[in-house]
Amino acid sequence: MWTNKIIHILKFIPLTLLAFLVWWVLWFMVMGSLMSLEELTGTIGAAISGEGGYSSWPLLPAWPTLQPIAELLLDTPQFFVMFWNTFKLVIPSLVGQLVFAAPAAWALSRFRFRGRKLLVTVYIALMLLPFQVTMVPNFIVIDRLGLMDSIWAVILPFAFSAFPVFIMLRGFDAIPRALLEAAAIDGAGAFRTFWQIGLPLGVPSILAAIVLGFLEIWGAVEQPMTFLKTPSNWPLSLFLPQIVAEELGFAMTASLFMLLPAALFFFFGQKYLELGIQSAGVKE
Amino acid sequence: MQNAAEPRHFRRTVVQGQATSRKQPSMFNANKVREGLIALAFLAPSLLGISIFFLVPFADTIRRSFYDVRVVNFIGLESYSSVINNTAFRLAAANTAKFVAVCVPLLLLISLTTALLLRSIKPLGRIFKTSFLLPMAVPVASIVLLWQAMFNYGGIANGVLVWLGFTPIDFMATSSAFWVLIFTYLWKNNGYNMVLWLAGLDGISETLYEAARVDGANSFQAFRYITMPCLLPTVGIVTILSLLNSFKVFREAYLVAGAYPESDSIYLLQHLFNNWFQNLDISRLSAAAAMLAAVLLGIILLMRRTLDVDE
Repeated sequence: MWTNKIIHILKFIPLTLLAFLVWWVLWFMVMGSLMSLEELTGTIGAAISGEGGYSSWPLLPAWPTLQPIAELLLDTPQFFVMFWNTFKLVIPSLVGQLVFAAPAAWALSRFRFRGRKLLVTVYIALMLLPFQVTMVPNFIVIDRLGLMDSIWAVILPFAFSAFPVFIMLRGFDAIPRALLEAAAIDGAGAFRTFWQIGLPLGVPSILAAIVLGFLEIWGAVEQPMTFLKTPSNWPLSLFLPQIVAEELGFAMTASLFMLLPAALFFFFGQKYLELGIQSAGVKE
Repeated sequence: MQNAAEPRHFRRTVVQGQATSRKQPSMFNANKVREGLIALAFLAPSLLGISIFFLVPFADTIRRSFYDVRVVNFIGLESYSSVINNTAFRLAAANTAKFVAVCVPLLLLISLTTALLLRSIKPLGRIFKTSFLLPMAVPVASIVLLWQAMFNYGGIANGVLVWLGFTPIDFMATSSAFWVLIFTYLWKNNGYNMVLWLAGLDGISETLYEAARVDGANSFQAFRYITMPCLLPTVGIVTILSLLNSFKVFREAYLVAGAYPESDSIYLLQHLFNNWFQNLDISRLSAAAAMLAAVLLGIILLMRRTLDVDE
């Protein structure tokens, strides 16, 4: 019996090690944001500037201070511009995903018509192709529409992403037919059935699409990098890597504050995040 | 995808909100047309969008791959041969292939192990699950600073190595960069894949294990003869998603090491696409995109077919 107990305890070792690798990153960012610039330069300055010596990292800051965070929030309007730029990309993209994907997913889930299977395959293929494949097609249209260097060049392709269609399709498929039967008996039409039954019951999958979509667009690098040339339109994800070398303290706190919205979405939406991942994985 | 147990005529009834007689063929057809039109109304905005932004320009991309940059002269397969004979393309394609060949199997193995361990330690599972998923929420740009602090020559990793008495490694300038990138990919995607495996494992009926236990099978035998065969369909989809997620390591590679990384070992196809785009080399880019799409769709179809055979 005690061998089983030892095996059980041994299982925690690899799991704890893996978890440590994750928590270390958060620890680094939080502790780094509480360090004065002098201490930060003393610990990891050698890595960033490349001037002799090696970096180290203390368990806790020697003199924790809120000054770097205060400086970020009070003295750097530049940061807020980039922060707001990111939201200007994320919110319209997500709204577009909802408005376009939800009815499309409903149609693919609830109606039987010729070409339905083909359409589902098209959506899956679009969902699975990496940005490098869709980059040229997107560019051709964006250029033709004169949208190059405008935020719509990033928003529109995201708004028509196939990914939320697929997730919601899975969610609508799971709605029990008895409810739709009841609606039919009550004489509800196709649009009322969608609005009053489909959408409310599809909420978990819709939330799953929102959480995954937010994390994707919030951290997006390729799309804004390709289609936004003017730095004043840039989201945080492009701006941040540029300032690491010059302004270490600013980069540290800005990294933490870029993580915060995503972390909030994660902690409140973890259930839906998992649901979203699963809906891609369950076999057709 | 859809509930197969659900009789087809039922859906039509629901959709129209009225009783349908199955005995009248003319009615039947009229209803079918009507249903198709309603479906089209629901689909129209999305279809219009994906046609404008993806499908039509993708056809145009393929057309452009046969023309010169100004899209005037037909040059046949010239762009394709120019791409294939390009040294940078060969380097990038080889690196990408090597990256995928190393990282995907490694990730499958590690994430499956994580999922199995997690399932066997039920009480604390929740905390570990949250921990492993957390990297999904960490934007790449946020960890650029950490990455540099860790792996630059004067970084923490070398600090530890020196402290332990080893010689320091120039991670970013040597082929170690490749392994750092692999590590990042594993770090980022382990949780995502773990959830896929857990879903697959949850789908295996508990009665199978009970029956095996009654027959005196040990836990290894149960894994070998129940878990492994039942997980086979999950392997296909996890592989496809891992492959496609591997393309996203470009973010880390680019934000940390730039458009032309110091170490050749992490010059990937994604870098090449990006650089050709910056040079507006659209013909070659179109040819390369068409080839990449063909390879990826081929792999997806192949994997899908193996799934279907298993059914």
